[in-house]
Amino acid sequence: MSDVTADAVSSGPLLAADGTPLKRKLAQTTRKAKIRALMLTAPLVIFLLAGFVFPIGQMLWRSAYNPSFSEVLPNLAAVLKTWDGQGVPGEDIFEIAVADLKQSREDRSIGRAATRVNYDLPGSRSLFTSTARKVKDIDGPPYKEQLIEIDKDWDDPVLWSILKRVSDDYTAGFYLSALDRKYDTGGNIVAQEEVQQIYVKLFLRTFWMSALITFLCFILAFPVSYLLSVLPLRTSNLLMILVLLPFWTSLLVRTTAWIAMLQSEGVVNDILVSIGLVGDENRAQLIYNQTGTIIAMTHILLPFMILPLFSVMKTIPPSYMRAARSLGADSFTAFRRVYFPQTIPGIAAGTLLVFILSIGFYITPALVGGQDGQMISNLIAFHMQKSLNWSLAAALGGILLASVLLLYWLYNKLVGVDNLKFG
Amino acid sequence: MGTGSCTPCPETDTFDDPAFARFSIRYCRQENLVFAFKRRGAIMKLGLKTIIAAAVAASFGGAAMADGSLTAVSWGGAYTKSQVEAYHKPFTAKTGVNVVSEDYNGGIAEVKAQVEAGNVTWDIIDVELSDAVRGCDEGIFEPIDPAILPPAPDGTPATEDFLPGTISECGIATIVWSTIYAYDKSKLTSGPTSLADFFDLAKFPGKRGLRKTPKANLEMALIADGVAPGDVYEMLGTPEGIDRAFAKLDTIKNDVVWWEAGAQPPQLLADGEVVMTTAYNGRIFNAVAAEGKPFEIVWDGQVWDIDLWAIPKGAPNMENALEFLKFSTDTQRLADQAKWIAYGPARKSSAPLVGKYNDGKIDMGPQMPTSPDNLKTAIQNNFEFWADNQDQLNERFNAWLAN
Amino acid sequence: MSGSGSGASNTFVEFANVQKSYDGETLVVKNLNLQIQRGEFLTMLGPSGSGKTTTLMMLAGFETATHGEILLDGKPINHVPPHKRGIGMVFQNYALFPHMTVAENLAFPLEVRGMGQAEREEKVQRVLDMVELGAFGARMPAQLSGGQQQRVAVARALVFDPELVLMDEPLGALDKNLREQMQYEIKHIHESLGVTVVYVTHDQSEALTMSDRIAVFNDGVIQQLASPEVLYEKPENAFCAAFIGENNKLNGTVTSATKTSVKVKLPTGETVTALPVNISGKKGEATTLSLRPERVFVNPRSKSIPNMFQGTVQEVIYLGDHIRTRINIAGHDDFIVKIPNSSAHPALNPGTSVKVGWSAEDCRALDAPA
Repeated sequence: MSDVTADAVSSGPLLAADGTPLKRKLAQTTRKAKIRALMLTAPLVIFLLAGFVFPIGQMLWRSAYNPSFSEVLPNLAAVLKTWDGQGVPGEDIFEIAVADLKQSREDRSIGRAATRVNYDLPGSRSLFTSTARKVKDIDGPPYKEQLIEIDKDWDDPVLWSILKRVSDDYTAGFYLSALDRKYDTGGNIVAQEEVQQIYVKLFLRTFWMSALITFLCFILAFPVSYLLSVLPLRTSNLLMILVLLPFWTSLLVRTTAWIAMLQSEGVVNDILVSIGLVGDENRAQLIYNQTGTIIAMTHILLPFMILPLFSVMKTIPPSYMRAARSLGADSFTAFRRVYFPQTIPGIAAGTLLVFILSIGFYITPALVGGQDGQMISNLIAFHMQKSLNWSLAAALGGILLASVLLLYWLYNKLVGVDNLKFG
Repeated sequence: MGTGSCTPCPETDTFDDPAFARFSIRYCRQENLVFAFKRRGAIMKLGLKTIIAAAVAASFGGAAMADGSLTAVSWGGAYTKSQVEAYHKPFTAKTGVNVVSEDYNGGIAEVKAQVEAGNVTWDIIDVELSDAVRGCDEGIFEPIDPAILPPAPDGTPATEDFLPGTISECGIATIVWSTIYAYDKSKLTSGPTSLADFFDLAKFPGKRGLRKTPKANLEMALIADGVAPGDVYEMLGTPEGIDRAFAKLDTIKNDVVWWEAGAQPPQLLADGEVVMTTAYNGRIFNAVAAEGKPFEIVWDGQVWDIDLWAIPKGAPNMENALEFLKFSTDTQRLADQAKWIAYGPARKSSAPLVGKYNDGKIDMGPQMPTSPDNLKTAIQNNFEFWADNQDQLNERFNAWLAN
Repeated sequence: MSGSGSGASNTFVEFANVQKSYDGETLVVKNLNLQIQRGEFLTMLGPSGSGKTTTLMMLAGFETATHGEILLDGKPINHVPPHKRGIGMVFQNYALFPHMTVAENLAFPLEVRGMGQAEREEKVQRVLDMVELGAFGARMPAQLSGGQQQRVAVARALVFDPELVLMDEPLGALDKNLREQMQYEIKHIHESLGVTVVYVTHDQSEALTMSDRIAVFNDGVIQQLASPEVLYEKPENAFCAAFIGENNKLNGTVTSATKTSVKVKLPTGETVTALPVNISGKKGEATTLSLRPERVFVNPRSKSIPNMFQGTVQEVIYLGDHIRTRINIAGHDDFIVKIPNSSAHPALNPGTSVKVGWSAEDCRALDAPA
């Protein structure tokens, strides 16, 4: 064997005892195991692709790609792309417009295009739907004149410049909207009118509230985790169950429980009134506002802070504190200089978890947030479920995703991801 | 790969994941287990095929078995109950088709998602007019030929018997309902009488309940601010009018509890969370009539609207849905519903048949939004205005709320 | 259980009637009296649960005595918090702060004492040089080998010039070679610095190698406090005899006794003459005879040996410098004899019959186990 190897060294690739190259032999012998490894991970990979990567990719795609207009009015969209965009187009384009509108009426699809245009030109929806109903009466030229007769808005150059814009399937418009910006009639990016501005403010509020919730969770979780980590196993297990019990309860149930606790006729206010801390007439407004959201979310997210903290603290032997004290540090210094720095991986993991979870939190702010306790996810839900502006919802989600990734990158720079310990 | 023999086992370090490496190597070293594993693989494959076949059969079978059932979706609570009593039960009795009732909170988002995904589970949906029109424009709802609707008992064709505007391209109206506001008269003895009172915090201190949407709120704000009901939509068509409506809402903003589901306002009133709240008139009526709550409706400036049946494109039980639609919109059925809730029937011929509430005591006529007394300062919800402006106004409303 | 303390004037640490209980039901340390001299290397040796670590922790200030007084340099320290005791300590797993470099670890005790940076750096470097890790100041503890970590731990306990250093099984995590080397290094540091060291271990050879005196703990009580030599040669009770070094045990009953000699009858009928150490001498008293394997002669020439037995060789193990033989005598199958590997000795084979004998002074009659 050693002879063969020695020969092989001099004559090129290493050969196994039977003369096949060693590399190929190795590949053969490990192939089976590799295939099996692949098969075992395949369900997860497929699941992740199908359930995670694909939908998120589709969502991001949708935020910048909206073909509603060109699908409903394909020929009009095609000619508008080559049109110079000055004033109101001529008879030829109107002829195509009439034909497309007629077709869309037959397909009953004009609503989609109308909705798309309405995002960029509010109030124009009915122009399309009503024109589509009436356009069947036009059976010959002059198309332009007849269409303008149906609705004089067809003679508006602003309408046509916007039609030219929406005829492009790719648009940054939804991202602009998500940042309280818009195109003016000249195609320049300008700030949204002040009364319509909301998203930037909500993003900021979401980050601010998430940071506050994270901080509160940390303040509450740190002593609890410490206690859990130093108590004898039996006691700490029991306490751990108390920590985890709410974790196993439905989010909805817990949020509803907070409503029962905090509403103006609720438990907390009743107690405050009965001990005379507040009068019956001015019960504290603890819910349906930011306070309610913060209280309920802090409670709900607390285990996500406790668990990583606990798991890190559990691994810090008491001898470190003892060593520090034997070296002359009082208990506070020992804690500050020796214990606390060692919990940082847990703190880092816990704060990251809680912060990212709270940024995307939806149900709790929706139920107890009132008006000023709403977060950006509630607006995303609004556009998904109520206004049906999925592209805008996708753009908002895209920005949220980007900011989470940015945050994660920053975090990695500051703390280092390999320093994280989730448990 | 033979069944029995095992090629030399890999070493642990050929794997990235040591745990998995141990697992694989152990398998490799125990040939019989490897063999068993392969056999199991075959069984798994077979199992998967069976499962897929079963699933496919189930999804198609579901449609095939649809003869006996129908899913009707509505707004829940007292309103759904009125439909169950007046439509569903008699329909099942007549045809044997079981009507499954589901609740939703309005809007076409859910049904749009179903239609776009090609997985429609709803057969017939109770929608607001603006949604019926929008859904129709976007091809979500099936067009309905009004000629299939049964004529009035005296032979008047349905198209003439229905109130004007209540037959839409894709929806057939059943009721006229209204957004009003109500208060608890056991708490406010000399109660409010006008919409202006609703916005008057000095005269009537306390929280107000409002639906979390600009719809109806903006109209009511303008009426309360002194705009004549007939001029409301014209006013709202201008930026100044919208500013004025929001400015009026601003005056009570800090004292508003927002509701979303129709069942919430009576509950808010009953819990004392608000002193007055906007609500759907039928909900308040039912709280009074069925539960004996001391609520009083203020009809001033009511915003009335219609609800329609719409059938989603690709409904699994289309035939049944159409049968149900015809059945439930006939003169008698519409009149029957008014026994259970204070919503006006959409057919003229039903009006004379409306009698008393199902307890036999309360006369339903004056409880209807369409009763002449209640209509004095009423306005009808302008669906076209909302179809055009709701995206922008929703956005502004949300911004206003968040500020 | 007496101390061989010399002159109370030089006492540095004193335990006076100290008791410790964790649960209020059992005493972990039972009425401990112990004086430790200035500059002494004292080892507390005992099996786990014997109370030695608890005693150390009470001295360090991490446990409070339930009863009694602990004096340091004549002053009671029961109520002095650990960080004000000025005692250096080396922990079992070193307890080097993992988030600080070696130099930062060493500077820590100086920093909390408010020492200026220049002085700090100088001291740190000096102590690093002392443990021969001069170039390792910037490393993190995790980048050091076990032996290097151990040295840093020792250096850290010494860097602030404490007069007393406690070591809690500091070598337990090292492999055998390293452990032996470190034993000498620690001993060397002790000698060159003149600090008082209280050392806890359960490894008797470690205790024998390093200590001035050894306190053998068992069951919360000091069984014997003596120098390694005395402890080995003259164990005062069966526990010490068994715990320290290898030991042949023979149980029997006293038949007659004088001050210098006792006759003990074994269950198999033979009588052994032994040295009375820890028995009252009453006839019929149960006793354990303790006999070191190297004090047994095989085929002794001398006729003056009082104890002579016929045995059968069971097993022979060649260990280089000596031969370890297991012999069956007086019904005991595990009687061990260590024979120096000299040319004078005949080759023994399993199964051969041999005569073994030992003198009365080497066979100590101790208390019988309860």
